[in-house]
Amino acid sequence: MFDVLIIGCGVVGAALAYELSKHELSVCVLEKENDVAVGTTKANSAILHSGYDPKPGTLMARLNVESVPLTKEICRKLDVPCKNIGSLTVAFSEDDMETVKRLYERGVKNGVPGLEIIGQEELRRKEPHISPEALGALWAPSAAIISPWELCLAMAQTAVRNGTELYLDSEVTEIKKKGESFIVKTSSGVYEARNIVNCAGVFSDKVHAMIAEPCFKILPHSGEYFLLDKCEGDKANTVIFQCPGEDTKGILVSPTVHGNLIVGPDNAAVKAGDLSVDAKRLQGIKETARKSVPDIGFGENIRNFAGIRAVTDIDDFIIGETEVQGFYDVAGIKSPGLSAAAAIGVYVKNMLEASGVPMRRKKSFVDERHVTRFNELTAEEKREAVEKNPLYGRVICRCETVTEGEIVDCIHAPIPPCSIDGVKRRVGAGMGRCQGGFCSPRVLEILARELGRDPMEIEKDKKGTYILTGRTKGEQA
Amino acid sequence: MIYDVIVIGGGPAGLAAALEAKNEGAEKVLILERDRELGGILNQCIHNGFGLHHFKEELTGPEYAGRFIEMVKNTDIEVSLDTMVLEVTKEKQVHCVSKTEGYRILEAKAIVLAMGCRERTRGAISIPGTRPAGVLTAGTAQRYVNMEGYMVGKRIVILGSGDIGLIMARRMTLEGAKVLACIELMPYSGGLTRNIVQCLHDYDIPLYLSHTIVDIKGDKRVEQVVAARVDENRRPIPGTEMTFDCDTLLLSVGLIPENELTKNAGIEIDKRTKGAVVYENMQTETEGIFACGNVVHVHDLVDFVTAESQRAGRAAARCALAGGVDGGKTITMKNGSAVTYTVPQKIRTGNVEKLCELFFRVNKVMQKAEIEVLDGENVIAHFKREHLAPGEMEKIALPRMLLDKAAGSELVVSVREVE
Repeated sequence: MFDVLIIGCGVVGAALAYELSKHELSVCVLEKENDVAVGTTKANSAILHSGYDPKPGTLMARLNVESVPLTKEICRKLDVPCKNIGSLTVAFSEDDMETVKRLYERGVKNGVPGLEIIGQEELRRKEPHISPEALGALWAPSAAIISPWELCLAMAQTAVRNGTELYLDSEVTEIKKKGESFIVKTSSGVYEARNIVNCAGVFSDKVHAMIAEPCFKILPHSGEYFLLDKCEGDKANTVIFQCPGEDTKGILVSPTVHGNLIVGPDNAAVKAGDLSVDAKRLQGIKETARKSVPDIGFGENIRNFAGIRAVTDIDDFIIGETEVQGFYDVAGIKSPGLSAAAAIGVYVKNMLEASGVPMRRKKSFVDERHVTRFNELTAEEKREAVEKNPLYGRVICRCETVTEGEIVDCIHAPIPPCSIDGVKRRVGAGMGRCQGGFCSPRVLEILARELGRDPMEIEKDKKGTYILTGRTKGEQA
Repeated sequence: MIYDVIVIGGGPAGLAAALEAKNEGAEKVLILERDRELGGILNQCIHNGFGLHHFKEELTGPEYAGRFIEMVKNTDIEVSLDTMVLEVTKEKQVHCVSKTEGYRILEAKAIVLAMGCRERTRGAISIPGTRPAGVLTAGTAQRYVNMEGYMVGKRIVILGSGDIGLIMARRMTLEGAKVLACIELMPYSGGLTRNIVQCLHDYDIPLYLSHTIVDIKGDKRVEQVVAARVDENRRPIPGTEMTFDCDTLLLSVGLIPENELTKNAGIEIDKRTKGAVVYENMQTETEGIFACGNVVHVHDLVDFVTAESQRAGRAAARCALAGGVDGGKTITMKNGSAVTYTVPQKIRTGNVEKLCELFFRVNKVMQKAEIEVLDGENVIAHFKREHLAPGEMEKIALPRMLLDKAAGSELVVSVREVE
């Protein structure tokens, strides 16, 4: 019997698990996929928004602004890549300048620190590649770029290290109330808990409907992106937004924490689960992005992807206890969901506490994590690293300079990866310009070796994404 | 200790350069190779067709590499395997790392860059659709099949008719897979004619020219790909779609010289070749740093890589032993009509013994073509060819006398079709 059972281990579920793991509680997290951070969390703009955009008074506004410093602190403690580069919301017309003023005022109301409206000259100084058409911008210094999946992983790992039980490959199929507690049936077994928090992302309406009256509907939207080679990474120094349109924050151009350039997203309603990219939409993104930064070298694109967003028919996050006592929704966590996740964790923890879940701080909470990232070390540190562990001397991913040591480290850390993409999300192998062309056979070999499995069983990503189809004739003989 | 010549990369280019540097009198020569063995990509090219020019006989990739590896073993050339070079500086320091030797900073009088190339990926051409398993580059598939002994699919479509794609069409067929089609964006194949015949025609694999992939379907593994005809601007024509039920899409959509080390060292890159700008002796714009093979421009035949790399190795040794050479007047080669690039891009006439070989590619298929070298308005040399194609690198030899006589500091290479 768990005190709290969390459904879904995206960044929101992980943030809550992390927060709860600071307390003397028994907590479990159920994730239907074979890894954490594989839904909305893995494919988005990878940004901590400053918080000027959400309507004042909404939960989105409050939790976004509260969350930014909180997330930065977590990144520092748990060794998650995060860079405070600020954002610029660029105006291309007098109308846009009016919008910028409105956003400034809204931001001030929301409590966003350091906002400033800057003119053309200052804008150009910050962004030498910005379009000559740009007139000015809203400067939000608290905005940052982050590695979303590493944030999720780091919080989930820390929760696990502090006693939280995480069950992967555990899709919830049924929830029943039994007296004061819930019985949760999943593809991996049956779990019992006093409280359930639904953090199921784009599936949160379905999970909600398993036990409570349907009261919201997820309307999945996708946003498509370009990810460009590092040689284009210096086309932007900050997160460059355009003035927001109807239902999107607009196409952004931004460096990533890994040094690439990310361009996107657009916004379109899609069928649930549809993460395909479309040629016309990509063309639209290219054209719009060039309005901000005309000389983006799209010839250096290394990957297109689409991220799914849990948009709902309600214009705010849906967070709270349902009519079923002990069953909580944390749903509709669309943008700025990543930015707000850490504060959502605290908010829900407080909510549980207010409902009578006892929160006694653990005396021995481990609140740190260290990851060796070989390519970030100095020459001297590299020398020492290889001396200590020769596996750091064998570079597996040549584009991102990821070593065998780092891959082995991540396989033996809490929440080990079981797929090539799981390794990629943890250490960046295969994330570079050759997109795993050279390193994926080696990563596969290392995974099989370290996990003690047949290479044939190692998959690309989620279950069913098999890579190998058999032995060659020579090997069969 | 300072090496005379450090060669980065132990594939065909690096092997030939190191051997030739040794032959030319360099004493301390070192090859740094990132893989577990020498030979580079040849090790996975188990088909034949290598060596016809250099050895005058037909060898497989591993055999071709094997001969050079054997020759290297018979010298005192040092080899560091499983060693990754992280940085090269203009001061000719090489930072590298390996499990056995740790992190080292080595110094050399001359450096030869021979890192080869990598394959263009799905992202480089933004193929729409889902992102399931089963989309991989032909070279990665080749590694799985030929080096690791695993098959990567049962029903295959290949995008791109570059040589690796064609070779893999045959290889997968021989391993029992069904290759449904080879799809090529351009109106002509990007590969060698002999490969079209021996790898597609001989196995009844259809080649769809002027087609591309417009959609990939499948959530977990590829289930279908959709191809469509393209117009003269290479845009898909609606209504011409064909759907293939397959589990694998192999990409053979071009190779890119792998020049991150070169760029980080601040060495000038030619936008067209995506390799370093080189002189007649394969020296880059940085004195003492040379480059050869696919890291300079993508070759079709390894035999030409060998010849080019021997030139680089020879020059690197001379540079290490004697220091820089005064090459006399410098001529810059320019691309005229129908020419996409030339290598070398610069010629110091004083360094040319009798002939300077010039390599180039054309941008379209041509029958009966005339190649002209222009010095301003004057045609100073012309050559005839019966057939030219973008997929086949072409070469002409310019006599030193002609170069010396050139009035300007630029020569233009231009190609036109003749009636």
